[in-house]
Amino acid sequence: MDTITTVGTRGRVGEATPRIDGEPKVTGAFAYASDLHREGMLFGATLRSQVAYARIHSVDTSGAAATPGVVAVMLGSDVPGKNRFGLNFFDQPVLAEDVVRYSGEPIAILAASTPGIARQAIGRIAVELEELPGVYDMEKALAPDAPRLHEFGNVLRHVHIVHGEPDTAEADVWVDGYYETAMQDQAALGPEAGLAVPAEDGGVDLYVATQWLHVDREQIAPCLGLPEDKVRLHLAGVGGAFGSREDIHMQIHACMLALRTGRPVKFSYGREESFHGHVHRHPSRIWMRHGANRDGRLVTLDVRLMFDGGAYASSSPAVVGNAASMAAGPYEIPNVRIEGTVVYTNNPPCGAMRGFGAPQVCFAHEAQMDKLARALSLDPVELRLRNAVSTGSVLPTGQVVTGAAPVRELIERCVAIPLPEPEPDRGRDLMHYPGGAGNVTHGEGIRRGVGLAVGYKNVAFSEGFDDSATARVTLARTPDGPEAEIHTAAVEMGQGLYTFLTQVVRTELEIDRVELHAIDTLIGGAGSTSASRQSTMAGGAVQMACAAVREALYGRARARTASVPPGAELALGDGWVTCDGAPLVELGDLLDEPVSCEAVYHHRPTGNLDENGQGDIHVSFAFAAERAVVEVDEDLGLVRVLQVAAAIDVGRVLNPLGLTGQIEGATAQGLGLGLMEEVQLRDGVISNPSFTDYLIPTILDMPPVVSVAVEDPEPGAPYGLKGIGESPTIVATAAVVAALRDATGRELNRAPVTPDELVGLRGPATTSGPPPIPEVPGQKSVPFYFGMSSGQQKIM
Amino acid sequence: MRVSLTVNGVDRVVDGVEEHESLLHLLREHLDLFGTKNACEQGECGSCSVYLDGVLVCSCLVAAGQAEGGTVTTVEGLSDDGILDPVQQAFIEAGAVQCGFCTPGFVLAAHDLLRHVPDPDDAQIREALSGNLCRCTGYQKIIDAVHRAAGR
Ligand code: FES
Ligand code: FES
Repeated sequence: MDTITTVGTRGRVGEATPRIDGEPKVTGAFAYASDLHREGMLFGATLRSQVAYARIHSVDTSGAAATPGVVAVMLGSDVPGKNRFGLNFFDQPVLAEDVVRYSGEPIAILAASTPGIARQAIGRIAVELEELPGVYDMEKALAPDAPRLHEFGNVLRHVHIVHGEPDTAEADVWVDGYYETAMQDQAALGPEAGLAVPAEDGGVDLYVATQWLHVDREQIAPCLGLPEDKVRLHLAGVGGAFGSREDIHMQIHACMLALRTGRPVKFSYGREESFHGHVHRHPSRIWMRHGANRDGRLVTLDVRLMFDGGAYASSSPAVVGNAASMAAGPYEIPNVRIEGTVVYTNNPPCGAMRGFGAPQVCFAHEAQMDKLARALSLDPVELRLRNAVSTGSVLPTGQVVTGAAPVRELIERCVAIPLPEPEPDRGRDLMHYPGGAGNVTHGEGIRRGVGLAVGYKNVAFSEGFDDSATARVTLARTPDGPEAEIHTAAVEMGQGLYTFLTQVVRTELEIDRVELHAIDTLIGGAGSTSASRQSTMAGGAVQMACAAVREALYGRARARTASVPPGAELALGDGWVTCDGAPLVELGDLLDEPVSCEAVYHHRPTGNLDENGQGDIHVSFAFAAERAVVEVDEDLGLVRVLQVAAAIDVGRVLNPLGLTGQIEGATAQGLGLGLMEEVQLRDGVISNPSFTDYLIPTILDMPPVVSVAVEDPEPGAPYGLKGIGESPTIVATAAVVAALRDATGRELNRAPVTPDELVGLRGPATTSGPPPIPEVPGQKSVPFYFGMSSGQQKIM
Repeated sequence: MRVSLTVNGVDRVVDGVEEHESLLHLLREHLDLFGTKNACEQGECGSCSVYLDGVLVCSCLVAAGQAEGGTVTTVEGLSDDGILDPVQQAFIEAGAVQCGFCTPGFVLAAHDLLRHVPDPDDAQIREALSGNLCRCTGYQKIIDAVHRAAGR
């Protein structure tokens, strides 16, 4: 079957190592989920609601079922197990039965002999709906007379954090601000896809592009009414993810149809369906009030933030926990109050996207820092340096930063990167003007601006989760010498994890040949590839498994050679076990039987928030600083970004090429939210679900990203590493918009910034003040207090 | 309908092609050539790029019937028995591949650029590749890869 097996032969931790999957990816041989195929397979299609909130009166599938080539049509009543799934809570139907709560919600699925017939037959399903008055505005969701979208109401979670004496703190200077960010799409190029193959034991094998095989299975099996061992997941090639594959999309649907028809069933979403088929980045509204002393020390901060969770919970409770706990930014502030709410609405569900709540608050706190610098007549760089956290600092949650926190160094290194050479206003190549080949300016009305942003992100899962990772390393003799095989369920989605894991084995076992076993659920879970955690977690597990392999080899060496004196130090080198530095026995001679060891890596335990929002909730932190330089055409509101300078807290460089690739790609996504990316909604319906209407940065939009990696090893982490997949995204949006403010002098309190705002045709986003604080039973998600079963919590 | 064409040097006759199908579908669903990717089907992303009679096209925008009698080269046709084209080699070395979903399209677009402009500067590269979307790399390493390939 199409699984991923790849072998690499060079590169240790820290060395430039070519991707182990590079060759199949450049030749077209790499099998992505959408490339899966099997003899006799059927093609699945989904009927989705076109309205956001409605009661379903009837669904007539007879026309579809009678279409030649259609093999099965299934509804919510056909779900063999329970018709609910979800990452944090099982609140989302596999197929809607009585009510649809968002536009795009699946109502029916079918399988047919060709994709064309499947699509056609979907159009022959007749649904009778009665539209209901919905909730499309996150603040209106809190109104007492708002329609209640779930039995426990519309508040999904409210987080309340108080630190110090925010109510009585006095300051010399105050700045207020209101900020909004839009819904962003992950826009992974590879659409959601997978293939379910019914098995002889009554179970099913699912080949799928996902971020976490085991949590998918946790959600799939109960819906199919099958025990977990009958549901086997295998990773298919992943064409990018960025959070969009954390949630279930086609998995359960494909398995249902495969089990019903007894034939393999493939789903492969088109771009439009992809927009409806995965969760997005939460739109946010954030109110902030900072107070500081004349000398530029932050004294107090008041934050009210709201996130629109959409129709179902997904991972929203964790996202708002992150946003609230990191809303102060990487700054020491003795007195803080943060009130963070995520609500249900009839908008499409929101969940994980690169940064997971941090980009939104970074956009707000960094705008506030610039405002404050102006109010204090202080250099914005200096203001940040004066307040930056460092190891030992206390965060608003009371958590002490115990790991590396080189924030001052990041800021200094970032602003020390040379600015781009000034170009003359007139006479440039047209491509070097805002608007480029559009030939819209020859240098008139060009304003340049520079903006800085500093931010941070938690690494790994927080608030008490024990998201451990399992790995098995097997060392065997082959004709080409000793070769190790790694077995893990950890997911590679493009960031370079598998290449890194082979570097770990080469480093730990001093061998060259390392192979990757197919990725599946036949081994223990590795947790999600998200939260900048997988290099630490899977890397840690592989490192531990290698240590066990090493010990087993030493045991065999001792048993075989009588000549090892007690207390002598055994080591590995060049395919040998050495004794006090001298070759003792060749590895091959110890491998009549392969050595195979499994290990489970846990990060340090974390706690929950107490009633004041105090707690040691995060494992560790990764920091970043970026500076953007822009030019704006004042007349047309067109933008050219000239450069992004980045200083990133990496702990330790693992693979230099992979590192800069992550920084550049993550920066591009942040730039996209700053300048162009917005999922637009009308009454909950996405009006731009295509790459024609939803714009992501092209090669013409991206400036050179000049980056420096700041190495300050993280205590306790393998090789001192820190995940860096997210931190550049978090700061990029804030830096780009800060530069636009600098260029135009306008307020620009909403991301993305539109040309209309840049030329003043549209004013800043307005507010009538923060909404009231909802009453909730406690800091956890509201459904929890109503006894709803939870997804992720259980398996970790 | 029936479509006859030459794909990567091999004559193929494909029966049962439906009127509405694109060249992209023909390659993927009828000929099992999955290297050509589908990421938008609207001509916006370039993932489906192939040469048709020597011209780079978005195969999602070409009706399968239009390829009748034509000569198609896909990404699978660029490498020869495990010997990579210099552009493919450069993409690996420069770190221009992450998830790789955009890679076949970029490799072909870069290949086409270098046929016409053997030693392009940054601006020429940006312009030539502006019809291709990548969500992973931020494009810098793709530009590096094209420079690297230009030297070969
Ligand atoms: S799939 Fe053809 S351009 Fe996107
Ligand atoms: S490498 Fe993933 S889209 Fe380009």
